[in-house]
Order: sequence, then C-alpha cells, then structure tokens
Amino acid sequence: MPRVIELNVNGAARRVNASSERSLLSVLRDDLDLTGAKYGCGEGQCGACTVLLDGEAVRSCITPVSRAAGKRVTTIEGLEQDGRLHPLQEAFLETGAMQCGYCTPGMIMSGVSLLAKGANPNDAEIVHGMQGNICRCGTYPRIVAAVRMAGLHMKTQRRAS
Amino acid sequence: MTSELTRRDFLSALGGGVVVLCVVEAADAQESGRRARGGDARPQEISAWLHIGEDGMVAVYTGKAEMGQNIRTSLSQAVAEELHAPVASIRMIMADTDLVPYDMGTFGSRTTPTMAPQLRKAAAAAREALVELATSKWGVDRAAVQVADGRIIAAGRSAGLGELTGGQQLVHKIGADVTLTPAIEWKIAGHSVPKVDGRDMVTGRHRFASDVKRAGLLHGKVLRPVAFGAKLVNLDDAAAKQIPGVIVLREGEFAAVAAPDAATAERALSALKAEWKTEEGQPSDSQLFAYLKAHAEAGEDRQARGSIDQGLADADHKLSQTYTVAYIAHTPLEPRAAVAEWTGDKLTVWTGTQRPFGVREELAGAFGIPQERVRVIVPDTGSGYGGKHSGEAAIEAARLAKASGKPVKLVWTRQEEFTWGYVRPAGVIEITSGVKNDGRLTAWDFHNYNSGSSGAQITYDIPHHRILFHPSKSPLRQGSYRGLAATANHFARESHMDEIAQALHMDPLEFRLKNLKDERQRAVLLAAAEKFGWGKQKPEAGHGFGLAIGFEKGSYLAAGAEVAVEGGRPKIVRVVESFECGAVVNPDHLRNQVEGSVIMAIGGALFEQIRFENGRIVNPKLSQYRVPRFSDVPVIETVLVDRKDLAPIGAGETPIVGLAPAVANAIFQATGKRPRSLPMVV
Ligand code: FES
Ligand code: FES
Repeated sequence: MPRVIELNVNGAARRVNASSERSLLSVLRDDLDLTGAKYGCGEGQCGACTVLLDGEAVRSCITPVSRAAGKRVTTIEGLEQDGRLHPLQEAFLETGAMQCGYCTPGMIMSGVSLLAKGANPNDAEIVHGMQGNICRCGTYPRIVAAVRMAGLHMKTQRRAS
Repeated sequence: MTSELTRRDFLSALGGGVVVLCVVEAADAQESGRRARGGDARPQEISAWLHIGEDGMVAVYTGKAEMGQNIRTSLSQAVAEELHAPVASIRMIMADTDLVPYDMGTFGSRTTPTMAPQLRKAAAAAREALVELATSKWGVDRAAVQVADGRIIAAGRSAGLGELTGGQQLVHKIGADVTLTPAIEWKIAGHSVPKVDGRDMVTGRHRFASDVKRAGLLHGKVLRPVAFGAKLVNLDDAAAKQIPGVIVLREGEFAAVAAPDAATAERALSALKAEWKTEEGQPSDSQLFAYLKAHAEAGEDRQARGSIDQGLADADHKLSQTYTVAYIAHTPLEPRAAVAEWTGDKLTVWTGTQRPFGVREELAGAFGIPQERVRVIVPDTGSGYGGKHSGEAAIEAARLAKASGKPVKLVWTRQEEFTWGYVRPAGVIEITSGVKNDGRLTAWDFHNYNSGSSGAQITYDIPHHRILFHPSKSPLRQGSYRGLAATANHFARESHMDEIAQALHMDPLEFRLKNLKDERQRAVLLAAAEKFGWGKQKPEAGHGFGLAIGFEKGSYLAAGAEVAVEGGRPKIVRVVESFECGAVVNPDHLRNQVEGSVIMAIGGALFEQIRFENGRIVNPKLSQYRVPRFSDVPVIETVLVDRKDLAPIGAGETPIVGLAPAVANAIFQATGKRPRSLPMVV
C-alpha cells in the first residue's frame, strides 16, 4: 500500500507514516496530535474538520492524506503567529461567537479561507461561503458578525500598509 | 467525596489558605441536583467548596459540567462578585468525580438557580473570613477593612487575598444565613464578561473528550446490531484477528475491536463476520402516532380545576384538534466519546457527559467495582442539549481498555450517534377547548400522549381545565432533550389558541391578553408585541405574522415570528423573542443562549425528524437529517426583561419553546393552511 511519509503542516515539515487512503483528519489528530480539527460527521456535511490546503478550505474527514502531500496544510493551531491571533480569531472572541466551541476551529478555518478570497465579504457572501459549516449551538449570527468584523479589520490593515 | 474521611483527605491536599464548604440540607441537596439519601434525617451535605490559596488564586469545586451553556464563566462571575476579586483569579474545577463533591448532573436549567447562589454564599463567607482575619492581625476596626479587586485594604495597609493565612488552613462551613449582594449592586455578575476559556477555543487548544490522548492509546470500534433488538447468533473474527495489533472482544451480545489507529480499527470491524437474528414486525414511523395512542396509559392531573363538562356547557364555541410531534435527535456536534484507562484496579474515564456521577455509577455497576475506584473526568463538552446523560461510550471504552490492558479511545460515528443515542420523545397532543363569544376561555382539556408533561401547564386563566400526560410505549429509545416536551406542548397550546382566536375573528394578541392575569406573562408578551410592532402593519403578500407565549421552569417568554412561504417552503424572516428569567447574570451570554435556542428550534419546527422502519433508523446521516444552517437564520431580536428583584433562573432550555408555535401561526396567516405537526408540512 502506498504511504505518505511527510506533510508540510503549519510551516514545518512533519514526518508521518500513513497509508495514503487514510483521512487527513485522522492523520492530523491521531498521528500528529493536532486535535484542533474535529470529527463531526465524516461525510463532508458539517465542516468541523476544516483545514486549509494551499490556503483553500477542505473537509479533512473526506480528504485522503495523499491529497495533502506536497501541499501546505494549515490547521487552527497554525493561525496564531508569535503569540498574535489571526484577526478572525480576535473577532470570534470579540463577538462571543461560540458556545460549546466544538465547531469553532472549523468555522474559523472556513472563514479564514473566505476572507483570503474576497477580502471584505458582505453578509450574504458570508452566509453563502460558510453554509457548509454547522454550529449546533446556533451561534450563526455572531459568526457572521465575526467574519464581517475581521474582513473590515483586514481591509483597514491592508490600506495602512 | 461526601464522607468525612475523603473530605479530610481532600482538605489536607488543598494546603494553606481559606476553605469554605457549601453545606446544604439533604432536602435542598436533592433540589440542587444531589443524591437523596433515603431515610437519613436531613443530613447536611457538601455541594461545593471554594479554596483561596496562599498565592491568592481561588479554586472553586463543583460537579456541574460546561457544555456551551457558559457556566464556567457565569459561575466565575458569581464568585468574583461576592469575593470582590477579578474573574481572572478564579479557577473553576468542574465535573471531575475525584475532585468535586457529588452532583446529580447538569440539566433542567438548575445550575443558575441552585449552584450559583451556593457559590456566591461561599465567596461572601470567604470574604468575611478574610476581613475578620485582617481585623485581628492588623488590630484595626472591622469597619475599616475593605476588600476590593482581589486585595484586602485597611488603614494604609493592604494584602492579597491569600497572604493573611500564614500557612494555616482555615475551614468555614456556610449554611443558608449568609447575605448576598443584591442584583442591583452587582459589578461583575450581571455584566457581559467574556468567556473565560475563549482563547483556548479559538486556538484549538481546548481538549474535548474526543481529543484526550494517553500513552499507548488504542482506538476502539463497536460492532453494532443490524437492527434494534437483533441478536448476535454467530461471530467469525478470524480475519479481524489476523490484522496486526488488533484485539477482538466478545462478551455475550457485545463485540468490539481495538487497534493502534482508527483506520486499522475500522478495517478490523469490517473484517468481522457476524450473523444476526432480527426481530420482525417492529413499528415504523408511518404508524407512530396510532401506535403511541394505542399503547397509552391513563393520566392524572393533580392541578385540575373545575369540570371540563361544565366548562364546555358554558361555552359558545367548542374546538377539538390534534397535534403531533416527531422524534428528533440532539445531534451534538461532538458525538459521544470516551477515553478509558485502567491503572491497577482503578478506572479513569474522560467523557463528555452531563452526569459525571451518574456515569461513574454506571461504570461501577458494569464492572462490579465500588464507585470509589472509578474516576470520571468531564472535559468541557461539545454540547449535549440533554442528549448526554448516559455513559454508553464510557462503558464500551472501559470494556475494551480492560480487555486490552491499554487505554482506549472510542468516538461514536455520526451514524452511531443517530442510531444508538436516544431521541426526544415523539407525541400526540389532543386539545378540546371552550370559549365565550367575548373571547373568555371556559374549558381546556389537554392530553399529551408519550412526549411528556413539561411546559403543559397554562398561565391562562381558565375556570375549568385538565392537563393530562399519558405515558406510552415508545418504539425508539427516548430521553431528555433541551426543553423536553415543553416544545411539543407549547406548539400545540399556542397553535390552538390561534385557532380559537381565528374562529372568533379576534386578534391573537388581544385574545391572549383577555385570558391572561399573570403579570410576568403579560409583561413579556407586551414586550415582544411592542418590539415586533404587532398590529402596526400588515404582512406583505406571501408573508405571515405569528405570536406565542411560553412559561417553563420558572421563566417566561413570548415570541413573534414573520414567515415567508414561497413554493410551499417556509422561510423564517424575523423572530422577536422576549425572555424573563429573574435577574440577568450575564446579558451577553443570555442573549447568546436565547439566539442559540431560537436557531436550534428552527430545526425541530421545520425539518428535523428521525425516520425509522423495521428496527432501523432510515436517515442516520447529516446529509439525510437536516439541521439549521447559516442560510436558515432569521433576523433575531432578543428582548431581555431583567427583573433585578427576582432570583436568577436558568436559561439554557426554555427559550427554545416559543419559536415553533409562533412560526406555525405565521404560516397559517401566510397560507390559510394550519400546520399541526412538527416538523411542519406546508
Ligand atoms: S467531520 Fe468533516 S465535514 Fe463533518
Ligand atoms: S458552539 Fe457548539 S457547535 Fe458551535
């Protein structure tokens, strides 16, 4: 069986030794102990397992680890830089966009990829872009507010620089 | 941990500082979610304790579990308020059966009305003890000593909260006689303090039960029967055992595997060849309501008033209608999960549950060992909504851990969660009512079959009423749920109220007010109606407006909804919900709970339904069981009616009950068709 030997995760080369058909989610969680991405359904329906591959949001539960080989994998653990949170992480705290927090990592990763695409999305674009993520606690309005807030913030930052 | 011995052990482990034990009478203990001790003469039991360490850190020990209802923060606020200390100095030690006093569980919205006041008293007592200590140590007047922002201050001197005890341990017991800061003077409680562990949540650092890792951990999988009631006749595990690292366990009907990684465990599971004997003739969802009625028992109403016959004889109009409610699943985003580890003859289990001590008892029973040898640790959980009272995954993981001699993690798949968890009860509700031409209700005869009695009591003033719950035989395993039967009962009652109003050509708001004397209920109704703009405008074509009121577990609400129906599909456009649960502890988090409840309620109102046939769940996947998503969310306006003069009441559940009937009433206005089932079919 072909195996995946190395992954580039959060900017570092990580050794793994996983048969290639295993899900990226299980390799991240079980082999690399990156448990930020969550299992919620295993069928690509809830987005709790969302991570970025070359900046694009994917459902890691239905992504074979072989697809991540040679790509940049970003997980929730890799967003914070030198103790500084990503603007969307800040915005989640600011708006209180969580209850149990189980959907939060996946929500943030989906949001980060959305923000990277269209810098400053409006509410309809946010709803459309985040539709694949479920929050069972129903914090959707706050998540929309958080993404909007981070979008604005990133726009002003870009202007300033 | 309630015996004197363990208490003493525990206290010595705490070291120096001030310890305050919350002591409650056993009768109250039961109320606060604690074990009733049959026959004991009201023994005093300890429900929680608080320890101020010499470093000034305050540790609070309680058996309550955090599942997203935000009690880790709100309880910290309550303690900080009375201690006059910053929230950041408080650490909540929750739901670890070896560290915290016994607690019956986190459900029924009991944490805020019972646990929070106990902790506030403990904090107030601790503060008083420190003031006394400062008075004697510094030789100053008691009135001159103040505690502010985590420091004790008097006559130019000041000390941290932990500095005065000088290595000793001062133990205080508090009872009911401590006075508390009235809500009107709150500085920390009553305000929107950010979630204390928010940063761990947004960085992925928080470890849920399914994230717990132990050295040498194996991953477990359980062989599930092909249908409910199926018996395992034969198991061929030869192929599975061939796979390196795999352990197969068979004990009677229970068969499971464990392997060093989840993929191998899954492979081993599918390599098991099982033969099942199935049970034919099980009821399916298409016969559900007839089945529930056919198996119903007689009910009893101890609060009935007057005579239904008389009430109907007095009426100018009579109306009888039937409403039905499907089974729905909690679908917590984190499925049931457990990590179990045996060290010698002691078992430790990390699991997401609302009843850590209940699960400890289940585990002790399953392995025939004393409860003292079982430790259940509940990491803050990926929600429960009433769905995580039991310890199935914990027992399964512990069995595999015992057989393999290694720690085992077991995470239920979404499909297992849908199939082998329990569901919110389905029900049939029949109402017969009588009303005068002027809109005064004369009779209310209410029968709930199977789904339950909660939230069925009326706040309407009706001279003749009877409210009966008829337990029945449920084809599916059913259990607790956020608000439980209150949603079904509110849906039926408030829909029926609109049906009567319509028969009388009366405005639904006017009709309700006419029959309401309860001031708190009137206040929330008027607050919601005003915010909604009830009666100010007509809905646009294809839209409808609806109202509903609610009362359950001591709190009151009213909801107004605007719904658009296009091509037979209802879309909720706007919801106004007013909510009153006594004094508000944390307005922002209360809003979050109300919004979350309203959104969760959309699922049960419009799409969610567990379908079953032949002992099998027909739709056990998220692709087949639709839950609310971003695009389903209406504009939600929450009106909090803050009653600082009343004690705070829990709010994790009741806000869920008003949405379905308000939406049903709006759909009727939009289409002229009356939905009488949940989920609603238009
Ligand atoms: S776990 Fe991957 S989408 Fe649900
Ligand atoms: S916060 Fe609980 S699922 Fe989103």
